Amino acid sequence: MCLAIPMRVTQIEGATAIVEVSGITRKVRIDLLSDVELGDFVLVHAGLAIAKIDTHEAEETLALLKGLTNEI
Amino acid sequence: MKYSHEFRDWEIVQSIAERIRGISNRPATIMEVCGTHTMSAARFGLKSLFPDGVRLVAGPGCPVCVTAQQDIDAFLALGNIPGTALVSFGDMLRVPGSSASLEQQRAAGVDVRIVYSPLDAVDIAAREPEKQVVFFGVGFETTTPAIALAIKTAAERDLTNFSVYCVHKTMPAALRALLASGEVMVSGLLLPGHVTTIIGTRAYDFIAEEFHVPCAVTGFEPVDMMLGIESVLKQLADGDSKIDNMYARAVSSDANPLAKKLLDTIFEPCDAEWRGLGVIPASGVRIRSEYSLFDAAERFADIIKAVPVAPVSKCLCGDVLRGAIQPAQCPLFGVDCTTSNPIGPCMVSSEGACAAAYRYGGS
Ligand code: SF4
Repeated sequence: MCLAIPMRVTQIEGATAIVEVSGITRKVRIDLLSDVELGDFVLVHAGLAIAKIDTHEAEETLALLKGLTNEI
Repeated sequence: MKYSHEFRDWEIVQSIAERIRGISNRPATIMEVCGTHTMSAARFGLKSLFPDGVRLVAGPGCPVCVTAQQDIDAFLALGNIPGTALVSFGDMLRVPGSSASLEQQRAAGVDVRIVYSPLDAVDIAAREPEKQVVFFGVGFETTTPAIALAIKTAAERDLTNFSVYCVHKTMPAALRALLASGEVMVSGLLLPGHVTTIIGTRAYDFIAEEFHVPCAVTGFEPVDMMLGIESVLKQLADGDSKIDNMYARAVSSDANPLAKKLLDTIFEPCDAEWRGLGVIPASGVRIRSEYSLFDAAERFADIIKAVPVAPVSKCLCGDVLRGAIQPAQCPLFGVDCTTSNPIGPCMVSSEGACAAAYRYGGS
């Protein structure tokens, strides 16, 4: 039940944003996030964006893991 | 799906599995606290990648599963009031109450609606002023902010026909009770990533400090899960215990301040009854008196008080939720109780440990 899906912000209007993933769009509230910008990725749960994804952190983790994979 | 698919890369998963095999061959029982972890581990067959002796057990983190029978019966009873619409997340639809499920009630003519967001329930109330709309507020810290926002929105719109039957639970208090009971011997914990986006990793510091149990806050994709397991096994091998944040792309050490403010405005802590764990002090939230108009437990107090005490069921979900038994150890598992004919909530919920074991085996 605690599933939350990463979705990309395509429109912002006040406390509401339109988010998109794999061609599906949804209207969500962004009241919990103070600094959402167009193009950000947010985790969406029950109609609410609960967290912003730190894409820099995500890319770094992946790069590190891929590096380690190639070493094996 | 960006930031989801990359973390399903099977080459990476296998390379972590290889590293894990190099850490130690000591047996370890790791509890995946969150039901979404249970499902993810089963769905991606991760257990087959662990070294012998390393096993995962389900914990109390499936909100549907830990909802007390009495609370389900109480919510169902509200459907008998003429003019009410019961609104719920889809997860609760098939969960059996003592005499029926929401789905069966709906077939019998009760007005039951399923929504994706509690804010949709507020819209229903606005559209249908002649209805009393009651939402079943189930879930952990991941979900409570959406419920709080729904109540705040209903208040701002001056709706008098919207209320929430609130059975929300909070995770840290349940973990404290579970660990303090000494009944369940776990070597480490995978902590729920999405709950932690709201409460921050510091909320669990007491686990490392007081119980010396290694923990990893873990995301839900296979790579995330493997990193969580690796962290716990490494800590065990090093004799270490800390709260390792393995979901740093979404989780920080502090609570989300806006979520905290919203939650504190609408809710206050209360004791809560958990299926299988009993009443745990300060492990739930209730609606503050300033918002009592939106509290179904207040609005329909007479009806809720009149609900008979739920009979004891043969279902062993309680033991499963404490990690005390594996699903297959329940005598009803797979015989009387299956996903098409579920007896307990752990078989109904898509993320219940019994459903995961029944569908994917390997319990
Ligand atoms: S198998 Fe069915 S009856 Fe047994 S514990 Fe699981 S849900 Fe309950």
